[in-house]
Amino acid sequence: MALEIIEPGMSTTVQDRGRIGYYKYGFPQSGSLDQYSATLGNRLVGNTPEEAVLECTYIGPKFVSNADAVIAITGAPVDVFVNDEQVSQYEQLHLHAGDQVRFGVIKGGTRYYIAVRGGIDVPKALGSRSTYPIGRIGGVNGRILQAGDEIKIGAPVDNGLRDVKVIDEADRPVFGKEVEVRVMMGLYDHYLSDKGRSQFLDEPWTLTPVADRMGMRYDGPGVDWAERRRPFGAGQDPSNIVDAGYAVGSIQIPGGSQPIILHREAVSGGGYAQVGTVISADMDVVARSAPGTKTRFVSVNMDEALAARKAYQDQFNKIWS
Amino acid sequence: MTEQHKARYTWGGDEFLLVEVEEDMSLQANFTVHGMAAALEAKKLDGLVDIAPGNAALLIRFNPDVIAPAELESIVKSLEDELRSTPPGVVQTRVIEVPVWFEDPFTKETMTRFREGFHQTPDGDDVEYGAQVNNLSSKEEFLRRYYESPWIVSMVGFVAGLPFLYQLVERDQQLVVPKYLSPRTDTPELTLGHGGCFGAIYAVRGAGGYQMMGILPAPIYQPEMTLPDFTEFSVLFKPGDIVKYRPIDETEYYSIKKECEAGTYKYKEIPFAFDMGASLADPAAYNKKIVEALNGA
Repeated sequence: MALEIIEPGMSTTVQDRGRIGYYKYGFPQSGSLDQYSATLGNRLVGNTPEEAVLECTYIGPKFVSNADAVIAITGAPVDVFVNDEQVSQYEQLHLHAGDQVRFGVIKGGTRYYIAVRGGIDVPKALGSRSTYPIGRIGGVNGRILQAGDEIKIGAPVDNGLRDVKVIDEADRPVFGKEVEVRVMMGLYDHYLSDKGRSQFLDEPWTLTPVADRMGMRYDGPGVDWAERRRPFGAGQDPSNIVDAGYAVGSIQIPGGSQPIILHREAVSGGGYAQVGTVISADMDVVARSAPGTKTRFVSVNMDEALAARKAYQDQFNKIWS
Repeated sequence: MTEQHKARYTWGGDEFLLVEVEEDMSLQANFTVHGMAAALEAKKLDGLVDIAPGNAALLIRFNPDVIAPAELESIVKSLEDELRSTPPGVVQTRVIEVPVWFEDPFTKETMTRFREGFHQTPDGDDVEYGAQVNNLSSKEEFLRRYYESPWIVSMVGFVAGLPFLYQLVERDQQLVVPKYLSPRTDTPELTLGHGGCFGAIYAVRGAGGYQMMGILPAPIYQPEMTLPDFTEFSVLFKPGDIVKYRPIDETEYYSIKKECEAGTYKYKEIPFAFDMGASLADPAAYNKKIVEALNGA
């Protein structure tokens, strides 16, 4: 069975939990940006957490299923239509062969997910089905979807769990206009002056439209750098370092003006000082932000980060119980 | 006497540990980074997810549910101590000859699109600027210095397969060039760039802030894995590879491109035992040896 893509949407890609272990060759992690929303979709259609889904950005695809199928739409709020009849998100949807699915206007957030029973069946590249368009691997021929693509669906898997038809309201993600993002300061945060540090942590920042799977750029007061010696080989900008690997979620501020959070498909390294890192539990929160979202960066320590990680995993495990 | 971990250890959130071996770039720092990466890899620790050695810093990704951050940190610190007290040995690597068309029309066309507001010299070009900031008399002199002495791959990353290269010359001989004032949104695929003291070969087309020196005819990243150099893996360069550029002209550029299209092109390479101590003691003499080994092959 397959989904026939009539219109591809703005930037629709195949994603799974990501490509781990190839960072040293420059391959980013990739994978669904909002992992929690994606996993809710897999849960609804009877998959395991490992199946690949379609990640839609603002405008989703219009497609026809060529066979009966079970799908679910999770993530950012959006109107969903099956044969022009509006249906609900966060619910199991049963399609008949020939049914057409399309989307209306997104009402918050940035990304929503299409999960299909059996998962999106594209060949794995370096251990993952996730699309990495710059490197031309994963997904459908290493690129975003195009009109005319036939997206193969895998055979149903047995996850051994009870059937879930609807995700409880309480378990659904929130798409707020004001968010707090917890960060661990560190890496090259000594490049900041005291004033720069308080500018970063005490002032609100606003997500700009310059935000994609690689990075999210925020507007705000800017930051001041400490007076420092320039390391040999780094370059002339006060925010330059000798090029090194970038932690996923790390925050750099080229030139001191706009912080950029590097997300799951970011470059794997480079020469800009990073002043901290979004904790793993809050990467989905960042992924859910739409341009204009007011964001405060809240400093936490390792113990607090690990406690938040535990809470995130508990919620994840609750869904998969 | 053993030097106790002088590197700077810092967390990148709850999944990453960054070990900054030195703030400044040097061949010694780079060897320590790669030595630590290899030693850590050999330990096959549970909970170790990824090791990404940089130019002078090592980035380690771990799963804190499996290995406690403090435990990992103490393991890496003892590896650092061991390495710092061991004299540099000889590393088995290879020398690869990389043909480059310097001052090619493709990068020159791109330069014209990113001048005002992007570049330090809106009316000049990148190679000319490189010569000027290094107080060299001409572009030719700058380029001769660029390709005459070999380079070592000091890091792979940024995008898939992109090598950072550090020239095997003394610090006062290093070619240091500022990056663009504001990064370009476009760089031709296979551009040879230079920023700070580093060369970089853009494995794929995309954004970039390094000054553009020239272009390569043959891929260094091939996801289709059809050319002889890529049958095992899509990425050509590994840290520790030694690169010797060979300037080519338009005719040879297109003839190599043809070989690539025919699926027959293979980079010239020889196995080489790199002795860091000898390289540091007399870089010029040791570089001569490297080039002779390559040309004798």
